[in-house]
Amino acid sequence: MASISTTAPATSDEGTTPSPEPAISLEGVYKSFRSGSETVHAVAGVDLTIEQGEFFSLLGPSGCGKTTTMRMIAGFEDPTEGTVRLGGRDVTGVAANHRDVNMVFQSYALFPHMNVAENVAFGLKRKKVAKDEIKRRVTEMLDLVELGHRAKHRPTQLSGGQQQRVALARALVNQPAALLLDEPLGALDLKLRQAMQVELKRIQREVGITFVYVTHDQGEALTMSDRLAVMNNGGVEQLGTPAEVYERPATRFVADFIGTSNLIRGVVRGDVGGVWRVEIADGATALVAGSPDTVTSGTHLHLTVRPEKIRIGVDRPGDDVSAVQGVITETVYLGAATHYQVDIGGGEEITVYQQNVSDSAPVAERGATVWLSWPARHSYPLLA
Amino acid sequence: MSATFETTDRPVERKRSTPRIRRRTDWGRWYTWAVLAWLFAPIAFMIVFSFNDPAGRHNITWQGFTLRWYADAFAYRDLNEAMYNSVTIALLTMFVAGALGTLLGLALGRYDFRGKQLTNLVMFAAISAPEVVLGAALLSTFLMMNVTTGYWTTVIAHVMFCVSFVAITVRARVITLDPSLEEAARDLGAGSWTTFRLVTFPMLFPAIMAGGLLAFALSIDDYIITSFVSGDVTTFPLWIWGATRVGIPPQVNVMGTLLFAVGLVMAVVNIVAARRRA
Repeated sequence: MASISTTAPATSDEGTTPSPEPAISLEGVYKSFRSGSETVHAVAGVDLTIEQGEFFSLLGPSGCGKTTTMRMIAGFEDPTEGTVRLGGRDVTGVAANHRDVNMVFQSYALFPHMNVAENVAFGLKRKKVAKDEIKRRVTEMLDLVELGHRAKHRPTQLSGGQQQRVALARALVNQPAALLLDEPLGALDLKLRQAMQVELKRIQREVGITFVYVTHDQGEALTMSDRLAVMNNGGVEQLGTPAEVYERPATRFVADFIGTSNLIRGVVRGDVGGVWRVEIADGATALVAGSPDTVTSGTHLHLTVRPEKIRIGVDRPGDDVSAVQGVITETVYLGAATHYQVDIGGGEEITVYQQNVSDSAPVAERGATVWLSWPARHSYPLLA
Repeated sequence: MSATFETTDRPVERKRSTPRIRRRTDWGRWYTWAVLAWLFAPIAFMIVFSFNDPAGRHNITWQGFTLRWYADAFAYRDLNEAMYNSVTIALLTMFVAGALGTLLGLALGRYDFRGKQLTNLVMFAAISAPEVVLGAALLSTFLMMNVTTGYWTTVIAHVMFCVSFVAITVRARVITLDPSLEEAARDLGAGSWTTFRLVTFPMLFPAIMAGGLLAFALSIDDYIITSFVSGDVTTFPLWIWGATRVGIPPQVNVMGTLLFAVGLVMAVVNIVAARRRA
């Protein structure tokens, strides 16, 4: 297994220096489709740089342009405008069969008239690799995905998870510069999907190939990616590590789409030593650390606060944290945690997740008046 | 009210005391067998009478069992020739209509092009038009173009009316084909021809095979269109029609039986092959 090449693609094109160049870059890419008399902008101005060996996710709701973006990297679609580069080389307009990337399809797209080994060998045969070499690499790859004993089976005789792994092996055996995965776990049930997430990470670590992963499942994107791009309406809303995107959502859409987030309306009231004081609800004060320069006193904005960052208690907290008083309208006991809905006045409700650390009863009942507090560094301002 | 209850209640009680299981007649099953018998009786008669030993010229009453006609199957030279014509025309039709129909079905199932609706319309017109009309139209076309009718005009006519059947069969398969299969082949480095040869064609093959066999079957037993365009060439159906006036020799039954057997074998092979592929 360790013998799988961990270097960049075996076939490096002349004139390209493999290591410093990013694996994939998209520069000002647009893609429009003609649908009847209307023109649909599936992808509208995407700039992306994906580094060598990175596990990169394109995350977004259906119709956000993530699949079209991936298909342009694969070569199934040509951008209406912009440039696609693979390893620094401009491949815009180059056909899919001349690009050094391979794809794992959502439907797996295994050839039903060939057995597992023939499926996996398909790409190597097209490259005219020697027979012995093909045999060795196919065996090696099927061992990597733990399907060595199924080499002679037809794809239809395999379970969904096994077909998934054959599709993965068929793409990886070519040692592509990048592997593109189009919602590959979408058709699997929850348990299998979780197992395959771990499996995919393991395989990616072992082969060291750049993975580009398209998904609408934010949990999947957060757990697996090194970096991810959150897409919406054909554009990239935010680009960053999972922690950055989760902890510091750049836009309201990201805050909403990834995890659960509280959006609180507020007005900036002043600045004390680099910490903004923001008036929220009915006169309560939230603190925001390091807000953008464009914010001045009187600016209206939204704060996002993750539910698990908020402490819930009966005592009034100190002045060094954001604090607001409210009435509990709903409690949901989940075993490991309790979720609260708290009405803080001004027509706003805040969701709070509290870990049930001790075996004591929940801190508060429905209808109780409580204080909510969170440190300045956990509220992020969203302008407009 | 109570009186009526009494009267309706009692017989029920009586019936229960003497239990009698009444089997329901399964009419669906009987009907199915009746339809099958109706469909296959003529074929069964043809096969049975290929073993008959008729006294006179008419092979219509059972006289006794013989294998004489099988030993003597090719006694009539012009019948042999007609059979030979029919088989070769059917084979040619199968291959030519198969190839053209496959391309047509692929185009109709996969691509959007100007005149697609018109092509569909023409295809269905060719299927639904009465054969007499097609035959007469073809004949007048050949006459107008000053083409002497004969073997090749028959082939052209057969290809013409069979190609739609192949195209429709293939198109149905193309529509259900996952387009990402071909994309996967492209993605793995196959050019468009290699993709067709290694992925598209094998996936379409069962439909092409079915369409081709259909074309063969339609061609070999065609009478009406053939009678218009065959000129002085005789095919098996034409020969039989001609022979009915003087009495059909048992060799016709023998050849019909052999033809049926070949068709049966081909159908079985196709089914087995389809099962193996699936």
